[in-house]
Amino acid sequence: MALVVAWEGASRIGLLPEEKLSSLSQVLRTAWRLARDGTLAAHLLDSVARAGTGLAIGAGLALVLGSVAGLLRLGDDLIDPPVQMARMLPHLALVPLLIIWVGIGESLKITLVSLGSFFPVYFNTYAGIRNIDERLVEAARTCGLGRLARMRHVVLPGALPSIFVGLRLAIGAAWLSLVVGETVATQNGIGFLMMEAREFNQTDVVVVGLLIYALLGLVSDVVLRILERRTLAWRRGLTAT
Amino acid sequence: MAARVDGDVVSATGIRRTFGDAVVLDGVDLTIARGEVVALLGGSGSGKTTLLRILAGLDPDATGHWRVAGSLAVVFQEHRLLPWKRVADNVALGVTGPGVRQRAAAALAEVGLAGRERAWPAELSGGQSQRVAVARALIREPDLLLLDEPFGALDALTRLKMQALFNRLRAEHGFAALLVTHDVDEALLLADRTLVLDNGRIAQDAPVPLPHPRAPDDPGFGNLRRRLLEQLGVSAAA
Repeated sequence: MALVVAWEGASRIGLLPEEKLSSLSQVLRTAWRLARDGTLAAHLLDSVARAGTGLAIGAGLALVLGSVAGLLRLGDDLIDPPVQMARMLPHLALVPLLIIWVGIGESLKITLVSLGSFFPVYFNTYAGIRNIDERLVEAARTCGLGRLARMRHVVLPGALPSIFVGLRLAIGAAWLSLVVGETVATQNGIGFLMMEAREFNQTDVVVVGLLIYALLGLVSDVVLRILERRTLAWRRGLTAT
Repeated sequence: MAARVDGDVVSATGIRRTFGDAVVLDGVDLTIARGEVVALLGGSGSGKTTLLRILAGLDPDATGHWRVAGSLAVVFQEHRLLPWKRVADNVALGVTGPGVRQRAAAALAEVGLAGRERAWPAELSGGQSQRVAVARALIREPDLLLLDEPFGALDALTRLKMQALFNRLRAEHGFAALLVTHDVDEALLLADRTLVLDNGRIAQDAPVPLPHPRAPDDPGFGNLRRRLLEQLGVSAAA
């Protein structure tokens, strides 16, 4: 609150020059204008589509590979070491290489988002499976559950809390990757809106972009939290304290 | 699946199990007749639980011959309920066929938990959870019930109630049972026969010729108790 007042005040008395940072009221006016003429919605849709596609690919692949590595010894030997090695590489540093491999088009952004969201989901799926109480699996066996049924009734629900943690981290990584990806040769998306505004020194549009990014992160986290609370209703203390 | 015939539910000879160099079971012979309740006693680390796990099919590394005729259910020391399934779904786990819901409700009613179908395991007390575990075994209508210190983690009062419950269910359902316990009184209250496991073998096999219902102050109870404790290496001064 104090920050908002300080920001607006500094702009009004000229302490904060317009070309460095627009006043809050100016930012809000610009946001309203962009929202009304549909520019914002169009760019937003493009960004969300990219993040969604990338997230689906990255998280989906991570779920499959994490499960295989967590459940099978052979999978653990084959998949885990290379993934551990790749994890040490900051995936955003791969941008130059990725540009050569997949070009500067849409696939670059989606690849970046997929890479960013893959690792948290992979590790948390793996850890979630490994942390399942062996005794519960045994009990399920004595109840006559076969391998597939044990997966469905014991392994998957047991790993779910951990997978949710991975997904929340992945969503954060997805937006981060998108921000970087959208600054590279883009014709649409929130990132493009900001880069274009920078060329014309429209700091108000740049700030609007920043706010949108922040809002997107917040909204996706809230959505996931609601989903989590619904699926994990059995966990006592989830809503407590 | 074996048909319901009279005869032994469990017949085992020469069961052997080693962990590295340690020989835990060194040629165990065991038979349990249909409808017979056998208590398996032994000191800590004597291999009671190992033997039960072998019969439950949970130990692929044991050698020897054993056969369990008919269906089987296990109650562990911990309730081992799936925390993400409601009580009724835990009871019905792996049970298929028509009327599963009603059967689960009936099994819960039998252990005194009627109406708690929708509860989460985390909402139950230790004794209640163990009752659900018993219901989960009952719904399978087992020919043989394997119980691994099922009441060991409960407080003394709850334990007495659970023992009474066991006797009632046993009279109603007529299942055979192998009850692993370290509680001599519990063995004498519940079992038709007691086995003492020592040095990897059955060291003592004695019937419990007491009429039901039993109580620790029945004549003859003290004698049996003393004999068992001696076999377990505890002087029965108390």
